[in-house]
Amino acid sequence: MTDTGLPASVAALRRIREDPHRLGHRPHDGREPVQGIGMGTTGPAHKRIIVGYGFWIFLLSDIVMFSCFFAAFAVQRNATAGGPTMAEIVDLPRVAIETTALLLSSYTCMLSFAATNARNVLWTQVFLFLTGLLGLVFVLLEAWEFYDLASRGITPQRSGMLTAFFGLVGLHGVHVTAGGLWLATMMAQVLVKGFRRHIIHRLICFNLFWHALDIVWIGIFTVVYLIGSLA
Amino acid sequence: MFGKLSLSAIPWSQPIPLITSFIIILILLGVLVLVTVKGWWPYLWREWITSVDHKRIGVMYCLLGVVMLIRGFADAIMMRSQQALAIDAPGYLPPEHYNQVFSAHGTIMILFGAMPLVLGLMNFVVPLQLGVRDVAFPTFNSVGFWLTASAALLVNVSLFVGEFARTGWLPYPPLSETTYSPGVGVDYYLWAVQISGIGTLITGINIVTTVLKMRCHGMSYLRMPIFCWTALASCLLIVAAFPILTATLAMLTLDRYLGWHYFTNTAGGNPMMFVNLVWAWGHPEVYILVLPAFGVFSEIFPTFSGKPLFGYRSMVVATLFICIVSMMVWLHHFFTMGAGAAVNTFFGISSSIIAVGTGVKIYNWIFTMYGGRVRFEVPMLWSMGFIFTFIIGGLTGVLLAVPPADFLTHNSMFLVAHFHNVIIGAVVFAIFAALEYWFPKAFGFRLDGRWGTAAFWFAFVGFWVTFAPLYMLGLGGMTRRLQHINFPEWAPWLYVSAAGVVILILGVISQVLELVLSIRNRDRLRDITGDPWDGRSLEWSTPSPPPFFNFAVMPNVEGEEAYWGIKLRAIETQQLSPEPNYQPIEMPLDSPVGFYTAFFSFVFGFAMIWYIWWLAIAALVAAFAGFVVFAWRDEHEFEVSADEVARADRARREARTAILARLSQQGAAP
Repeated sequence: MTDTGLPASVAALRRIREDPHRLGHRPHDGREPVQGIGMGTTGPAHKRIIVGYGFWIFLLSDIVMFSCFFAAFAVQRNATAGGPTMAEIVDLPRVAIETTALLLSSYTCMLSFAATNARNVLWTQVFLFLTGLLGLVFVLLEAWEFYDLASRGITPQRSGMLTAFFGLVGLHGVHVTAGGLWLATMMAQVLVKGFRRHIIHRLICFNLFWHALDIVWIGIFTVVYLIGSLA
Repeated sequence: MFGKLSLSAIPWSQPIPLITSFIIILILLGVLVLVTVKGWWPYLWREWITSVDHKRIGVMYCLLGVVMLIRGFADAIMMRSQQALAIDAPGYLPPEHYNQVFSAHGTIMILFGAMPLVLGLMNFVVPLQLGVRDVAFPTFNSVGFWLTASAALLVNVSLFVGEFARTGWLPYPPLSETTYSPGVGVDYYLWAVQISGIGTLITGINIVTTVLKMRCHGMSYLRMPIFCWTALASCLLIVAAFPILTATLAMLTLDRYLGWHYFTNTAGGNPMMFVNLVWAWGHPEVYILVLPAFGVFSEIFPTFSGKPLFGYRSMVVATLFICIVSMMVWLHHFFTMGAGAAVNTFFGISSSIIAVGTGVKIYNWIFTMYGGRVRFEVPMLWSMGFIFTFIIGGLTGVLLAVPPADFLTHNSMFLVAHFHNVIIGAVVFAIFAALEYWFPKAFGFRLDGRWGTAAFWFAFVGFWVTFAPLYMLGLGGMTRRLQHINFPEWAPWLYVSAAGVVILILGVISQVLELVLSIRNRDRLRDITGDPWDGRSLEWSTPSPPPFFNFAVMPNVEGEEAYWGIKLRAIETQQLSPEPNYQPIEMPLDSPVGFYTAFFSFVFGFAMIWYIWWLAIAALVAAFAGFVVFAWRDEHEFEVSADEVARADRARREARTAILARLSQQGAAP
């Protein structure tokens, strides 16, 4: 819908006539904007960028949800109602192994994406599998921890502090489990369909998700376990 | 087998909900039979239920919102009449029923009436104004809508099966804990709001991504119509605030279902934490609703004044200012918590400061009209009524933002009057203005303005007659949510307020009449130009209704008020821009996954409410399986041939050329 080929002077005159009060503030520098990233005046971004961007926004919202559970833990961390304190329930060696497993899984996840970028199905699958395996180790260790606590009568029903503890850690565990389900679906998709455009987009999203869970875990490890064991 | 569900869940002994639900079931059955007899199912399934077209989804959102507004209004009629009849008398609603009515009224009006309407408007308008063919994630858009719809269904099922919450629209613990609310009412609330919240979040992510990443060529941030700015701000708030609601309700759910202690008043639970968390969502939620309303007015004032918006940049700044500050005011809902003078002062000041941003906007709208050629069409009437109403609502809001004054009016009818004053005055007026304004774009014919004018005046006068007395009652000491009243001296105000509801009913009738009569006279009201109001933004460059691909060729924007510039150039040169080289277009394929997921979400919610665990698990598995099947499909898009695109666009160009010819006959040529 644009007119082209008008001399600059005519275009300028036309702009003044259209826009006598200079409402359409035009940029002053003549740098060419980058095409396809959806910034400035260059039109819609590529699908890959749109998908990744939207998923980032989702992750931000997910982190807001986690922050509420963090806030609840901060509010209730001393509300032990005569029950066990944080220091009494933390088992640091187990948490250290959990953390190692999850951080390593982020590393293998990144390696799988490097393989994806090289369009290597085999290594993508191998590293995705390792990621899932390490995620499983993490989830099982966490389940063991919960089972261990429950068998000592330490349940969320006992006190506000334990409620907040189980809620925050459990929410992360549910996320990792859901991530594992997603990972299995992705492996099946890569196996059957190979590297189609949509599947690579989903792999990008999965990678972002997995790393975000790692970041949240670092927060939990610090705020819940490390500081908790000090108190 | 069926958990807590049994035949006794149906309120056999309460005639009002029983008769109402039978009437609703009859109406629903009638509609289903009509659709079946007429053989409309294939059409509905193909064109609407599985549609991923943002315009269709927007229209369905608005339809849902309007139906729910009527449901919420019925609750309002019951509340005002109960209070008028219950002065030193029992009235006709028993307390446990009355408490459900006011809880349902608030929940439905905000979450299932206003939210779908606002989301629907954003869905419909934003891609058209940005010059793009759909939102960023069309299929997710459909999922979001159907989740909201299934949640609305869940709320309405509570009328017939079981009960609704008796806790107010925000279920404050410890009242909402199982100790004090053992029934299923709060569970209905929790699962319905949780499901619709996920739907809202999906729409929020979608619109944010669309606005930030998908604008057409030349549409820089400062060329976007203000409605897109306000939609962006509103959806940023959705992304930031709705997860808080999800988390808070999840915590309350854990308390209720598993006996945890987030908000209990025993074992270290903290009820005030709920109040803090829920208002950290609840206050931004108010702005999620009102910012798009401001956007609507910012489209209507320039259009009907024949002038560009006054102070475009200050409007953008004010919008983003409100967007940010709205996250820092939540505590003003409970100054009486006792957080101390310092905390209350901070939140009192931040709440008052919001008025600065809003004031900038009000002045901008007034100055937009100043010196313009104002046409008093129906959307403009709503907009001018809004300015008057909203200023007074805003001023009483500033009163409430002063902590010492708030201590006297906290939870009084003064508060009730205030928030109705701003929400009706801004959001509801904007919705009716917007429906009138964009109706021809959606359906291809205008609404008949005469009944619309009547609807405006009934609503405007009715609003003030209903709510002005509530200010007086609040100052006189009447608290909110009273099931019966022991002070006969309040009677005159309550009677006046009830009379105001009668005027509002006339307004609703006029609005319905307007719709029905306009549909009947649609041939006479046909909008053949695609630009019925002499509009200024890109949606008016499309035919009414737009083709499913919106734009045959992606627009290239060369200034603010994108379409106004194109239009002036066409009039000046007496011709359209040269015919473009039409290319094939890729459009997303329709998908039933939204309907499917929402159906199983409904089943899941219902099963959880009634403790039917096997059904809940089955529904979750089915929903997940549906998603995997959807993810497995190979084709996501289909191609519209260049011929089809060219045919649609040539028809549009012909209509435009005809307008040019007509305008030149009227002497518009230079």
